[in-house]
Amino acid sequence: MATMQDFKTEKATWCPGCGDFSVLNAMQKAAVNLGLEPENIAVVSGIGCSGKMSQHFGGYGFHSLHGRSLPTAQAVKIANRDLTVFAAGGDGDGYGIGMGHFVHAMRRNVNITYIVMDNHIYGLTTGQASPTSDLGSKTKTSPQGTVEQPISPLQLALAQNCSFIAQGFSGNVKQLISLIEKAVRHKGFSLVNVYSPCVTFNKVNTYEFYREGLINLDEDDSYDVTNRFAAMQKVTETNSLVTGLIYQDESRASYEDSVHGYPEIPIVKTEWHLTDTDYEEILASFK
Amino acid sequence: MEQIGWKVGGRQGEGIDSTGDIYAIALHRMGYYVFTYRHFMSLIKGGHTNYKIRASNQVVRHHGDDVHVLVAFDQATINHNWHEVVDGGVIIYDSAVFAAEKPTDRPVNVFGIPLTELAKEAGNSIMKNMVAIGVSAAITRLSLEDFLPVIEEKFGKKGQAVVENNMTALRLGYEYFLARHQVFFPAPQLPPSVKGKGRLYAAGNQAVGFGALAGGCRMVAAYPITPATEILYWLFKYFPKHGGVVVQAEDEIAAVNMAIGANFAGVRAMTSTSGPGFSLMMEALGLSGMSETPLVIIDVQRGGPSTGLPTKTEQSDLNEAVYGTHGDIERIVLTPRTVEECFLATADAFNLAERYQCPVIVMSDLYMGMSSQSIDSFPTHLVQIDRGKLVLDEELVGRATHEYARYEAQIEDGISPRTLPGQKNGRHVALGNEHNGIGLEIEDVSTRLEQVAKRKRKLANFTHHSGVSIDGSAVAPLALIGFGSTWGVLEEARERLEAEGMLVKHIHFSRVLPFPLEDFKTAMSGVDKGLVIELNSSGQLAQLIHNFAGFHGKLASGLKFDGDPISLREILLRAQQVFRMEVRN
Repeated sequence: MATMQDFKTEKATWCPGCGDFSVLNAMQKAAVNLGLEPENIAVVSGIGCSGKMSQHFGGYGFHSLHGRSLPTAQAVKIANRDLTVFAAGGDGDGYGIGMGHFVHAMRRNVNITYIVMDNHIYGLTTGQASPTSDLGSKTKTSPQGTVEQPISPLQLALAQNCSFIAQGFSGNVKQLISLIEKAVRHKGFSLVNVYSPCVTFNKVNTYEFYREGLINLDEDDSYDVTNRFAAMQKVTETNSLVTGLIYQDESRASYEDSVHGYPEIPIVKTEWHLTDTDYEEILASFK
Repeated sequence: MEQIGWKVGGRQGEGIDSTGDIYAIALHRMGYYVFTYRHFMSLIKGGHTNYKIRASNQVVRHHGDDVHVLVAFDQATINHNWHEVVDGGVIIYDSAVFAAEKPTDRPVNVFGIPLTELAKEAGNSIMKNMVAIGVSAAITRLSLEDFLPVIEEKFGKKGQAVVENNMTALRLGYEYFLARHQVFFPAPQLPPSVKGKGRLYAAGNQAVGFGALAGGCRMVAAYPITPATEILYWLFKYFPKHGGVVVQAEDEIAAVNMAIGANFAGVRAMTSTSGPGFSLMMEALGLSGMSETPLVIIDVQRGGPSTGLPTKTEQSDLNEAVYGTHGDIERIVLTPRTVEECFLATADAFNLAERYQCPVIVMSDLYMGMSSQSIDSFPTHLVQIDRGKLVLDEELVGRATHEYARYEAQIEDGISPRTLPGQKNGRHVALGNEHNGIGLEIEDVSTRLEQVAKRKRKLANFTHHSGVSIDGSAVAPLALIGFGSTWGVLEEARERLEAEGMLVKHIHFSRVLPFPLEDFKTAMSGVDKGLVIELNSSGQLAQLIHNFAGFHGKLASGLKFDGDPISLREILLRAQQVFRMEVRN
């Protein structure tokens, strides 16, 4: 059985107090709790502070291009369905430059877990407005305050009927661990949006801001995670200031289980050589 | 060469393609070598479209300049194509639909045949295409019985009545014509033994799909784009049986990154596209190079730039394939010359990508990709699967750490052993940031220099087939030079020039990167003048040759960029200008 130690690498390079430490920690702990082995996990990240995740998590990693963690991660899973695959990104990476892939990943429903460290700011490039920055946010690229409506990842995911939607907070690691475990167990595409405060460049959306404002839906017995309309209403009326499992549809088949001819064993382990009979059959079709 | 050129034209959506297909396949099955070319536009209904077939009892390597029989379903077909019709040639038009305006300044026979009327007589006006084939068969004295198997194949699913009606339509056209006119162009005589010889009928796009499957590719991610989409159609048919997956990606950026992701996980994967999509892949091309992840990209070129000429052919992505992406990466660029080479180059591209852990770009074009033609065989016996430096599970057992140093700079040939996700004790991070031997991002000078040098070594001792072919006399002072799909027409041009008494060789690139410098220099020995024929407006191949090999002052260019494939006549005209001058000097 793997332990926390097995999922650790060199010390992470985030700023002291960065919310991403908690996300890394929660991913590692969830992996231990799920009984996963490091070699059977692939973490694919994009670019930004969140992009460092593939290097800091002790599984196989692919630190890909800005915004492109999702296509890469989906393909890793399609190539080897035995792997547990995480895509990791931030709000700029995932909801800005990579937004198109997010919508299509929800459509496709490949069995991977997408963890977004949402801090409402571009951190690694030292503080520009992000797609989730609150309206009016003053940043280096919005000195008078942002004028664009922020993206609402949860509403977007609900509208697209994403089969698993959760939201966590770096200030509540215990809940985050449990959400990631559920997301990994879910058979399909799972989104875990995490409010992961940037302590250096975002002085508004701080730990205190979230501690005061967040409602924990996991503690609300009356909340029904299978009711998409109720979920949309809750998310809308709370301005997405909620944590917990927001929505889950366990009835939907994953991409791997839907594609015609997709093998039971990982493609990486299938036989690639064509036999003489195969060649004869194909050549006959050209006659 | 005994040959016949046939063309049918009309409005898009009028069944021109299926008419051409039936005629071409029938000729192919009779034992003729056929070469087809589809002229079409980027719309579904309306606009002029035509389908050209060149058939011969010998190998034909391009679609030919001449039309002996033109079937016109509208006046536009006559206007667009009559200049290709040979003196004494035949134009038949549907006199039930329009009265043709005849080109008066040419000795061409123009016959109105009530194609639609005869089709109605056979049961349905929709079969006017079959009537036209019947008329064509009469003009070229072909046996109607030879069409039956093709018609059964095409319409059998719709029932015996439909098959019989189509045969009737064919017969009515045949009989109508012969009752009033004579045979104009008897089709070339075939040797009696040729039938059923098992020759194949294929286009470059199918050959690429077949090559991918044979080469072990089991994942293709792509976005639909003319003229590359047919590659996917072929794979959708064969992948499921062999455990492969075609993913229709949301865009070409996703497609190429998916291909990279699957390769990282150990599955041979590619993406197929054309110019606009290839442009979107430039950043990921660099990622493949930097992270040393195998990648195969098929670029079926079309007229550029931007949306350009989406349904026309060109060879103008060469610079992008050779120089595209920011920063410096090692890469391999293959330019297969024929349909057979499309198969083999694609299969082999996966070996090269894994052996050298870099992107491999295979360049086809609309002309080669979509032109179905008769070929003797596919070189399936030459397909091998070589996965390069993959680390075996046994080699990883008992290591003290589960971290694997994937990018050790000291490795002599620059090519690092590769572990795959799922392998115990092989953990590493592949990345697009500059990195050290264990895959952590770095920014220090010495590591940067070491890693750049390591990657540069990868292709320094590249060994593969030569990449340059030479046809014709080794000592010829004149040379035709080209790359990719123009090989066939350039071969015919060389033969014609030789017949005129010129001593000409034909040098052709089937790979441009790594640039086959020594082989090209050898090919050029004794050459006073080389004519570089290419389908773009800036002479990209000529510039590439200058860049890598020099030969300034020894090369002239023959450029074509109007969207149509280059004709034999155009090459000969340019060759006579350039070479006659040289001979006089």
